[in-house]
Order: sequence, then structure tokens, then C-alpha cells
Amino acid sequence: MPDGAQPVLQVRGLKTVFRTRAGEVHAVNDVSFHLRRGELLGVVGESGSGKSVTMMSLLRLLPAPPAEIRSGEVLLDGRDLLKISDAELREVRGGKVGFVFQDPMTSLNPVFTVGMQITEALRRHMGLDKAAAETRAVDLLELVGIPDARKRLGAYPHQFSGGMRQRVMIAIALSCDPDVLIADEPTTALDVTIQAQILELVKELRRKLGMAIIWITHDLGVIAGIADRVMVMYGGQVVEQAPVRELFANPQHPYTRALLQTIPKISGEREARLKVIEGQPPMLAAVPAACAFRDRCEFRHDRCDRENPLRRPVDGKTLGQGHDVACHWQAPAAARPQEVAHA
Amino acid sequence: MLTYVLRRLLIAIPTLLLISLVIFFLVDLAPGSPASEIPLTVDAATRAKILESLGVNAPLHERYFLWLKQFFWIEPQYAIDHLFGTDLAQGAQRIISYSSRSPVFSIIAERLPQTLTVIGTAYAVAILIALPIGIYSAYRQYSWVDQLGTFVSMVGYSVPTFFTGVVLIVIFAVKLQWFPSIYDTTLKITDWGSLWAQVHQMILPVAVLGLYNAAEISRYTRSSMLENLGQDYVRTARAKGMGERVVVLKHVARNSMIPVVTIIALGLPGVFGGAIVTEQVFKINGIGAALIGAIHANDLPMVQTITFITAILIVTFNLIADILYGILDPRIRYD
Ligand SMILES: Nc1ncnc2c1ncn2[C@@H]1O[C@H](COP(=O)(O)OP(=O)(O)O)[C@@H](O)[C@H]1O
Ligand SMILES: [Mg+2]
Repeated sequence: MPDGAQPVLQVRGLKTVFRTRAGEVHAVNDVSFHLRRGELLGVVGESGSGKSVTMMSLLRLLPAPPAEIRSGEVLLDGRDLLKISDAELREVRGGKVGFVFQDPMTSLNPVFTVGMQITEALRRHMGLDKAAAETRAVDLLELVGIPDARKRLGAYPHQFSGGMRQRVMIAIALSCDPDVLIADEPTTALDVTIQAQILELVKELRRKLGMAIIWITHDLGVIAGIADRVMVMYGGQVVEQAPVRELFANPQHPYTRALLQTIPKISGEREARLKVIEGQPPMLAAVPAACAFRDRCEFRHDRCDRENPLRRPVDGKTLGQGHDVACHWQAPAAARPQEVAHA
Repeated sequence: MLTYVLRRLLIAIPTLLLISLVIFFLVDLAPGSPASEIPLTVDAATRAKILESLGVNAPLHERYFLWLKQFFWIEPQYAIDHLFGTDLAQGAQRIISYSSRSPVFSIIAERLPQTLTVIGTAYAVAILIALPIGIYSAYRQYSWVDQLGTFVSMVGYSVPTFFTGVVLIVIFAVKLQWFPSIYDTTLKITDWGSLWAQVHQMILPVAVLGLYNAAEISRYTRSSMLENLGQDYVRTARAKGMGERVVVLKHVARNSMIPVVTIIALGLPGVFGGAIVTEQVFKINGIGAALIGAIHANDLPMVQTITFITAILIVTFNLIADILYGILDPRIRYD
């Protein structure tokens, strides 16, 4: 992707908290990132690191209360989605931005036909009449690889397998030609062969349609094959961000390095596969005054206890444009990635 | 679906036969005899004749089969004759009330409209009030509407109708004199004035029965809506850009209504039970009053017949509830 292209989505200083009886949960803490036109941004981080909450905050999809977006801006083509009216936001949802959720078994409404659930969005955003919407729905189902599409319009979600339902969800998300597709762990709930098929499908759709994609996963192995750029999240913060090759070749954050070691090697010995990261993810009960990863970090020193590290460029480029990391520790240049990954 | 309905209907036949058996024999154990209802001035020969014509001397099982035959075969013929002017029954012996000595079904046909008007209106009013309140309370959980609705339905559900009925009568009929305290069964609707009088006298009993049923239905609606509002598909609908009206009234309500409709159908025969009490309180001369009267008078055929009709209603509405469930929920398959 061209490096200087205008970002279609620009997020700055996003903070989302949950007000619970036990106190505030700071699920997203000062998150900034951008997404260029046609780019595929991978977002990784273990479960609970704030990936879903970040993405749902973008479209204000979290239930409020308990969720509250405390600050930040989400610029889509320069317009701040956190400031526009509910009516304008509904034009964006499903129109310019499509969303695919994790669990295809529960994400479709069980009492409506698949056809109705696709055409509903089409009629809403594209103003199509029933017949035109159905024709387009058939095209969409064919596009996502559902055979016998016209017949399947009248079928209910429970008549589809998990993989097929996720294809339907993708068809819905893509139905109104979005500029941005957000896929929140779309393959996590599926078994491995189906996962691979969905991945292939998204790659192909991207080639055909050219939308920008945010692909959330907790599996760096998935990211390696499809992403242009990767953002690593930990404890509600972005801890590292880089083009995909750079990240795999030169990981800076101890957490990223640990994640890379958890990827099963294709050629390697099977026994030594998963190296689990020791320790627990942090409780997000307070705005961190220290590094969130310090308890699990092998490079911890006293500065990590005093100060939450800010993101800093690694390669001398402007922050966010190239490779950046939020860590007090300087990775020695010698620690090349393959060595880390295969250590 | 059709095979399912047919199968259910076939199963209903032995069920109902068993129920009829139990009802008939249990009620027959009661110490009632038509003889006690015959004035003592009647001489012994006539008395024996009357008893003979009522068929009470026959053995128990013969009386049971006669009653069954009358219930399912002869009485329907009379009903058809009555409606179409035919003569199918040809004067066959009907089920006769011990106390009034007129056919039980004629009495029921006379009393039923009173009951149905009050119950039907009350149930319809209850549904119309309960659904919007239940839906809104769930959507705005913990709002003042929700708090008030929850409180009122808790009161409505836990206070028995005979109490609410008496309280309303004391306040609105006796003290304020806004409404009549006694229901005039003989009122015929002929013009606007009498229509108003009918509506006027129905208000209190409908309010009592309606409050009770609305309380139950709105509680079910609320909890069903709450359960569905948290589902993933709701987020999907919002992520598609659907407005809140569509999300709540179409996506969520359509799912929430599945158990609620079932509850409404299942609750309908039960309302007859509630109506018995309400009819006593407001002195409505309906089917409930007829049953109570028959019990006091040891009028066994009347008691047996009304009880059995209630049983048929329960079995029927169970079937209706099951069928509705299948229609509303595409995941249910009948075969
Ligand atoms: N409704 C909620 N109430 C309180 N805390 C929440 C809620 N939803 C999410 N969180 C918290 O937000 C954090 C981030 O969650 P999430 O974004 O779902 O993580 P993931 O990276 O696995 O998608 C978690 O620590 C979780 O406890
Ligand atoms: Mg998640």
C-alpha cells in the first residue's frame, strides 16, 4: 500500500471506561492509530487487552451505561464519529463501516431469514426496493461463496453451519460497499479448516473490492499471512505498531517478542510449540501510572514502576508512520527476530 | 406441521376421556341426589317417574356413557339444529340439570356470553396495556417507568382479585358512586344509552381482572425483552445501522414474543378460574356463578359438564400454545 496515502480512519487519544459497582474499568487507554485506504491492519493482543472495546467504541456500539467514551476522536474521512448525531452515525454503521463479530452462531437473528437480514441493510442504506435488494443479496451470497444463493435467501440462520453463517455475516458487512471492514476475531469460533477458508475468502474479497480492513485476532500467525501493518495491544493500550515484515523481523516490545514465540513453527519440532506467556493480564481498574506489562516482563527495571511508557518511534520516522513501541527498554539491535522467534 | 397437529389431536382424545372419567366419577361421589330437589308435596309415583326420566337409577357406568354420548353427540346435534333449523337430534334426551330441570347446555349458552364479554374484554385490555409497558420497562431498565411498572405489577400479581374487587367497589361504587356495584345481566344493548350503561358496568370488573392479568403478562414481557436485549444479534442489527425502533420493536420484540404469546394462550383458560371469583364479587350472572350455584345445589350434571368444558379449554389452549410456538420460532421442527 502506498505509504503516504490519506488515512480513511484516524483515531486519536481514545479512552473508554466501564463504570461498574466495583469501580471504573479502564478498558481502552489513550489509543491512537490510523488506517489507510485499502490497507489491512492487524490488531493482536491476548484476550482482555481491549481490542473489541476499542473497535466498538469507534461506532459507539457499546451499551452506555456502563460504557463511557471519555475522550478522543475517531475521524472517518475527517468527520468525528464521536461528535456526529445518532442519525448520522446510523448512516455510517453498515454503510461506510461494516462490522463482523466473533460468534457467528449468535450474531444473526434466529427468527428472521438470512435474506431478510441482508436486504434489511441494503434497503436501509442503498434505498433499494425489495426485488432489487434481493437480487443484490443473491450476488452477495455468491460473492462470499454460498452455493445455491437464491434458494438460501429464504433459509433461517440455524439451517447454516458456523462457517456459512460467518460468510453470511461478511456478506451483510460488505453489502453496502463499505470503505472500512472491521472483523473482530471472525475465525476464532470456527474450526481450523473453516478458519483457513474464511481467511482465503477475505483476501480474495479485498483484492476484488479494495476496502480497508481491521482484522482483530489473538493469533499472530494469522496476521503474518494477510496484514500490511500490525498493532499490538496490551492492557487497553497500543504497545507496538509496525509494518508486518518489520514487526516480525524486529520486534521491540517484550510482549510482542513473547507473542512471536507463541506462534507454532511450520517446519519446527511439534513438541516445543506453544510457549505460554507467564503471568496474568493486568486488572484495568486504574489509569496506569506504571507500565502495564511490568509484572510479566523479564526486562523490568525501576523506571517501569514509576512511569507508563509513551509510544516512541523506533526508526526515526514520525510517530505512527513507521515502527513505534511503548517501552522503556531498548531492544539490542543484535536481537534479530528470527533468533527470537526460533530461540 | 399438519401431521403434528393431527397427532396432538389424537393424543388429546384419550387425555380428555380420562379427564371426563375422573370428573364424572369424582363428582358422582358427592352426596347429591336429584330426589332432594323435588318438593315433598309430590307423590311417590310421580317422584319415581321424574327420577326415572332423569336416568338416575341406572348403574354408574351406564350413566357415564350416556353423559358422554350426550356431551359429544346429542348436544352438538342440538346446537346444529338451533343454528341451522335442522332436526338432527329428533328429541333425544339432553343433559338435564337436577335443580332447574332444563338442559344444562341451554343454561350455559345463556350464561356464557356474560362471562366472555367481561373476561374477553379484560384479557384484551390486559394484553394491550402489558405489552407496551413490558417492552418499554425492559428497554429503559431502572427508569421511573420501569420502577413504577414493576411495583404495580408486583402489587397486581400478589393481591388476590377478590380483595382488589372489594376495594374498588367500596371506593368507586359505594363511596364515590361512579359505577354501579351490581352487574345487570339483563341489560340489552339497543342504543347508545344502553351501550354506555353496559360499558359503564363493565369497567370495575374489567379493571380488576385486567390488572391481575396485565401484571403477569407485563412481567413476562419485561424479562423476555431483557434477556433478548443482551443478545449478540441486537448488536449486529445496530451495527447494520438500523434505528432503535427497528432494533427494539422488530428484532428484539419478535424474539421476546415467543414465550409471551405462549403464556397468553396458556393463561386464557385460567382466566375462567379468576372469573369465578370476580363474578361472585361483582354479582355477574355468568358461567362462574352458574358453577358455584350448581355446587351448592348438588346439581351434579351441571358441575360435571362445566368442569369438563373447562378441562377441554385447557387442553385446547395447550395445543394452541404449542402450535403458536412452532409458528413463531423457526428453529422448532414438528416431525
Ligand atoms: N460490559 C463490561 N463491563 C465491564 N468491563 C468490561 C465490559 N466489557 C469489557 N470489559 C473489560 O474491558 C476489557 C477489554 O475487553 P475486550 O475489548 O473485550 O478484550 P479483547 O481484547 O479480548 O477483545 C476487559 O478487561 C474487560 O474486563
Ligand atoms: Mg474481543
